[in-house]
Amino acid sequence: MQAKENNQNLKRYTIVTAMDNEAGVLSQLAHLFSRKGYNIETIAAGWTVDQNVTRFTIEIYSDDDRIKLLCAQLRKLVPIHYVEILDPSKSIRRELMLVRVHAADRSARNEIIQIANIFRGSVIDITPDSITLSVTGDDQKTSAFESLLKEFGIIELARTGIVAIERGEM
Amino acid sequence: MTNINNTGKKLNGSEILIQCLIEQGVDTIFGYPGGAILNVYDKLYDHKEIRHILTAHEQGASHAADGYARSTGKVGVCFATSGPGSTNLTTGVATAYMDSSPVVFITCNVNSDLIGRDSFQEVDITGVTLPITKCSYIVSNVENLADTVREAFAIARSGRPGPVLIDIQKNVTASECEYYPVTPDEYFMTAGTRIQRLKSTHHPSVGYPDINLEAIDELAELIDNSEKPLLICGGGVVRAKASQEFRTLAARIDSPVAITVMGGGAFPGDSPLKTGMIGMHGSQASNMACDACDLLIAVGCRFSDRVTLNPAGFAKNAKIVHIDIDASEINKNVMTDLSIIGDAKKILNLLLAKLKRDKKNDAWKNYVFSFKRETEYDDPEEGNLTPKQILSAAAEILPQDTIVTTDVGQHQMWAIQHFKFDYPGQLITSGGFGTMGFGLGAAIGAQVGNPDKTVLHVTGDGSFRMNCHELCTEEYYKLPIITLLFNNSTLGMVRQWQHLIYHERYSQTTLDRGPDFEKLAEAYGVHGRHVTDVEALRAVLKEAVASRADGKGWVIDCRIDMDEMVRPMVGGNSFIANFMLD
Repeated sequence: MQAKENNQNLKRYTIVTAMDNEAGVLSQLAHLFSRKGYNIETIAAGWTVDQNVTRFTIEIYSDDDRIKLLCAQLRKLVPIHYVEILDPSKSIRRELMLVRVHAADRSARNEIIQIANIFRGSVIDITPDSITLSVTGDDQKTSAFESLLKEFGIIELARTGIVAIERGEM
Repeated sequence: MTNINNTGKKLNGSEILIQCLIEQGVDTIFGYPGGAILNVYDKLYDHKEIRHILTAHEQGASHAADGYARSTGKVGVCFATSGPGSTNLTTGVATAYMDSSPVVFITCNVNSDLIGRDSFQEVDITGVTLPITKCSYIVSNVENLADTVREAFAIARSGRPGPVLIDIQKNVTASECEYYPVTPDEYFMTAGTRIQRLKSTHHPSVGYPDINLEAIDELAELIDNSEKPLLICGGGVVRAKASQEFRTLAARIDSPVAITVMGGGAFPGDSPLKTGMIGMHGSQASNMACDACDLLIAVGCRFSDRVTLNPAGFAKNAKIVHIDIDASEINKNVMTDLSIIGDAKKILNLLLAKLKRDKKNDAWKNYVFSFKRETEYDDPEEGNLTPKQILSAAAEILPQDTIVTTDVGQHQMWAIQHFKFDYPGQLITSGGFGTMGFGLGAAIGAQVGNPDKTVLHVTGDGSFRMNCHELCTEEYYKLPIITLLFNNSTLGMVRQWQHLIYHERYSQTTLDRGPDFEKLAEAYGVHGRHVTDVEALRAVLKEAVASRADGKGWVIDCRIDMDEMVRPMVGGNSFIANFMLD
């Protein structure tokens, strides 16, 4: 994050990579980012249609020259199948956010549920003094949702990190 | 693994490991036993066809396996036990990694049920070596052992070569499973293996990417239009066994050739086109040529900071062309105008076929060679022995094909400057990692792998003190290695920096201490001599050559002046033509 603030040329990149689904691959991947000086903004992983292959979506700040080098370095890791940088205009990015907020009275509860409806979020759990919500979207949407809930008092918040996929060809 | 030969036998993990090494043609292992690897050494006891070289320390074994690999072109193999045995390898692993040397390191770890409990001599060595290997493996199931070993060898030797580590849990070395012998070629063809995936996707760890033929045409065009070309011969020319093609290219385009530390031997030392080393201790001819050339073609070189110095001013008037097998080296340190990724031998052959005409660049060569090459520096005649006198005597008296290993520091630069290397693998030096203490282990590996050649180990008193205990290995295995010790009672290269940059504040670099190296050598059972003048040195070298058949090594302690410096020198991050010392 430090590097991001100090350098105006940096922009956010979405890297998608697939690796053999075996012990230690995450640490190989994470290690490469850290030793090349990157802070991973988000990382999300899960297996694909083939359970032997894990697909990662990773977002970092970089520039056009350095990102090419990083991808070439990633491609050298033996468990790696492919590495791609997604074009934001041709891809879909989503994350899931879970958030529990204070809702001690009826008006707060109503207002929170209304906000959730506008964001197509859902109420997952409700207690006499709190509500737990989930919302899906890109990081701008989830951040906007988060900022609207702040005034009620966020008790706990969790994000999955972005998963991304290319749009189909028209 | 599918049953190819249908001749499965139930074997334990230790026997499977050894059978897999035999599949790979391994006949020499460097290593050191210990608790976790006991089962493997117990099996090794039955396999007299494999020669095991027991060193004094695991680090020595790691450098020996590396020196063996670099000098023979085969994959080196090194064994160590868990915990400290494995961490003692790490400097050797990193050294091999930085210089792209193919070595398979095999360690054993504690039993699977003790893993993660901070058991005695337990360490996560695969985690430790992650950034310094092409790949590191944990084997926790005997069923996976054979294929892991096969894959490890394929990865170590393919693509850009490099070290691989396999950590086998102790219980795996005792448990049994079916073993089917498979040759490396058969394994490379077997469907369903990871190697198949890596091969079919042109993965850089094993593959050679398709060469961009348009880029070859473009380079041929650039060469045709160039009047001031400069070639850089890097370590990739050695690894790709492309030195013949490189020599032909240099001759046909009549280009001066600068050589990196790792490129030593790939271009003949006495060629009139050779400008010498390039970079921080590069010759004036190399660095001035780099500064003035209009086309720079670097083959198998990664533009390390010791070569380019300040990258902003590097070859500032030139189109820079980078030929390398590793795509991640392109535009890493220096931005290039054209890059061609692939096997250097293939690329150079394609290029040679496309060259429009042979060239003559006499005016350019006259300019370049109006500056000095390393060998043209004259040393003062009076006083102590000089580095040039020592190395000239060695070059004259020892056979022309002598393998030279070095440690790191002033003596390393002097050896590269003053010795004429003629074939790839003749110079074995830690160019990338700069490992003091590398040379003697590497010399042991080189001598074991090349019993008929003379091996010269050039070292300094600082470096030698780091791993001189390997003299016992040299003595035990009757390896007639000649150690030429540049003894200036100081950490010379660091002192040189302190002299030039730190206002002669010689903080902790004066090594005014023992041992007496002559007595030390004798204590280990090898010959030791002090020499203070060139005639005495020549006499000892002749004696060493004559007594080679006795299988007894030599330590020749040459006293040199502590203020002797490596010349020329360009300061770190300066522009390449800004010599601090000429």
